Amino acid sequence: MMKPFFLSTAAAVAIVGSAASADEIRVLNWQGYGTDLDWSVASFAESSGHTVIHEYFNSEQEMLTKLRTNPGAYDVVLINAAFTPQAQSEGLIGPIDVSMVGNLADVPANMAENVDLNAGGSLHGVPWTWGLTSFAVNTNEFKELPTSIEVFWDGDYAGKVSIRDDALEAVQFAAIATGQDINDIKDLDAVKAKLTALMPQIKTYWGSENDWNQFMAAGDLEVATFWSGSASRSMAAGLPVQFIVPQEGAIGWLDGLSIPTSSTKKDAAHAFINWMIDPEFYVKWAADGAPASANSKAAAALPDDAFNKRVLGDAEVVARVQFQRPVSTENREAYLALWQELKAAQ
Amino acid sequence: MSMTLANQQRIKIFSLLSPAYLWLTVAIFLPLSAMFYFSFLSDVPFGQKEWFYSTENYQAFFQTTTYAKLLWKSINLGLMVTGCAVLVGFPCAYVLAKSIQGRSREALFLLVILPFWSNSLVRIFSWAIVLRGNGVLEIALNTILPFEVDVNLMFSTPAIVIGLVHSYLPYVILTSYLALQAIDDNLIDAARSMGANKLTILWRIILPLSLPGLLAGAVLIFVPVVGSFMEPRILGGRVGTYFGTVIEDQFVAVFNWPLGAALSFILLAVVLIILAVASPILRRAQT
Repeated sequence: MMKPFFLSTAAAVAIVGSAASADEIRVLNWQGYGTDLDWSVASFAESSGHTVIHEYFNSEQEMLTKLRTNPGAYDVVLINAAFTPQAQSEGLIGPIDVSMVGNLADVPANMAENVDLNAGGSLHGVPWTWGLTSFAVNTNEFKELPTSIEVFWDGDYAGKVSIRDDALEAVQFAAIATGQDINDIKDLDAVKAKLTALMPQIKTYWGSENDWNQFMAAGDLEVATFWSGSASRSMAAGLPVQFIVPQEGAIGWLDGLSIPTSSTKKDAAHAFINWMIDPEFYVKWAADGAPASANSKAAAALPDDAFNKRVLGDAEVVARVQFQRPVSTENREAYLALWQELKAAQ
Repeated sequence: MSMTLANQQRIKIFSLLSPAYLWLTVAIFLPLSAMFYFSFLSDVPFGQKEWFYSTENYQAFFQTTTYAKLLWKSINLGLMVTGCAVLVGFPCAYVLAKSIQGRSREALFLLVILPFWSNSLVRIFSWAIVLRGNGVLEIALNTILPFEVDVNLMFSTPAIVIGLVHSYLPYVILTSYLALQAIDDNLIDAARSMGANKLTILWRIILPLSLPGLLAGAVLIFVPVVGSFMEPRILGGRVGTYFGTVIEDQFVAVFNWPLGAALSFILLAVVLIILAVASPILRRAQT
């Protein structure tokens, strides 16, 4: 009895599969950031018939430029929520058809109703992952883990400190250290003074996750800003580091998946996004180091000792997070000028 | 008859020169002109973004002291690296040209040119492994020396200078070698027979006669070092911010191509001015 049943379902799947035309969708994302995992792409191709091809960007500006200059070239694009309103206002991305992304039902309202992802009044980016920019310390050098961001200014760690070479991140980090709202920095002079005091402590800036791991492994660094997703990967790889969310707070970011207005394969794009927020995909991805999922069912499915459940699943930690909002061009330029001036003075 | 000869000559010259100049036009002049055009735009002219012609990118250089400070820092780095390369390279070229013959000269030459055959990024990263605290250099010194030394040159100005000198040393050795080899040994013998000591020979004969080669090598090093960005970024750490790294940031991180292009042309202009000012002095030194 089982065999005919199995055969008929297989036949049904085959019919559905051929009815919905097999498309090739092009995804624009950071390299190695979840969407391009081989097993996931293979499993998506098997269940939907659509194949996935990737193209990568190295900065948000590059991503926007690619969308502007290559209309029709991409079907799914990863956009940080702080950039979604800009992409929406330029007409680069279109609204999401919520009915085609079933797993959205499990995304909590605080993510799904995020102001920036809902730019233009409707959902333009499906909440996918979120994480923190805070810092990590070398556990071999710290008997007791620090609880305050002030450890960066502690003379004991002079020449063993690093932050990322990024104007916005540096300024927002100092805004947290001076007790300010990262999205509305009132006292930029205090930020500048705080960063000026930080500079002599710094050994080098880091640029990529790979840099960070190398510097930490070589013993060049003991305290350095870091991203939560990267920290979970470094810890999984055996580096003696611990991610810290200090009492002063941390910078939060939210990444969404959007569909360019110019995409010609919107059905396949919606199907791929639905797979990306599927708990089945996320649990497997999290095993090799992923940021926190926006899907609460996916987050709950993690084992209890998983980094994303242990550190980021703590409501008390989440309450300290300040989520990044879009930054105006004027502010961005002011931050860049400040950061360049500080670097030039070294 | 003479007309056809002149014509043939002209055709010969034209056919020999045109491949090189065609290549230069396509590979250097066109992209450079595109960048020059970019440097007068308000924004990258891609997609539907608004842009207009302006000189604000050039004005930006003068609006803060940041860029001028960094340019000065880069010029100093260029002088320092050129000086070190000349001090290390010239004696080496002299020995290769005048003292060593045959097989061993070929072998030594190979060692000099070796850096050219490896990828520059690989070279810099190998320096990072050597110079780092607890790195190859420190371990090697501590096994040889009876006392403990702490060598951590990584992320400092000396590290940048070491890396750059290593990368560009072959230029000064090769150009000086060619000039030194052209010096007639009889001149040196004559000076010696007249009682000139070694220092006088070096100062009055060898140095003036080899100066064109030495200077060519120095210019070949100075110009790229002033604009270098990879070595300072990787080896310099916190102190590794130079004019070149700021230009790189404009292209790679900030995506402000017009400003990056304008800064590049300011750098080009400053380097040309330095060479123009220096050339009469250098020409006088040669005579």
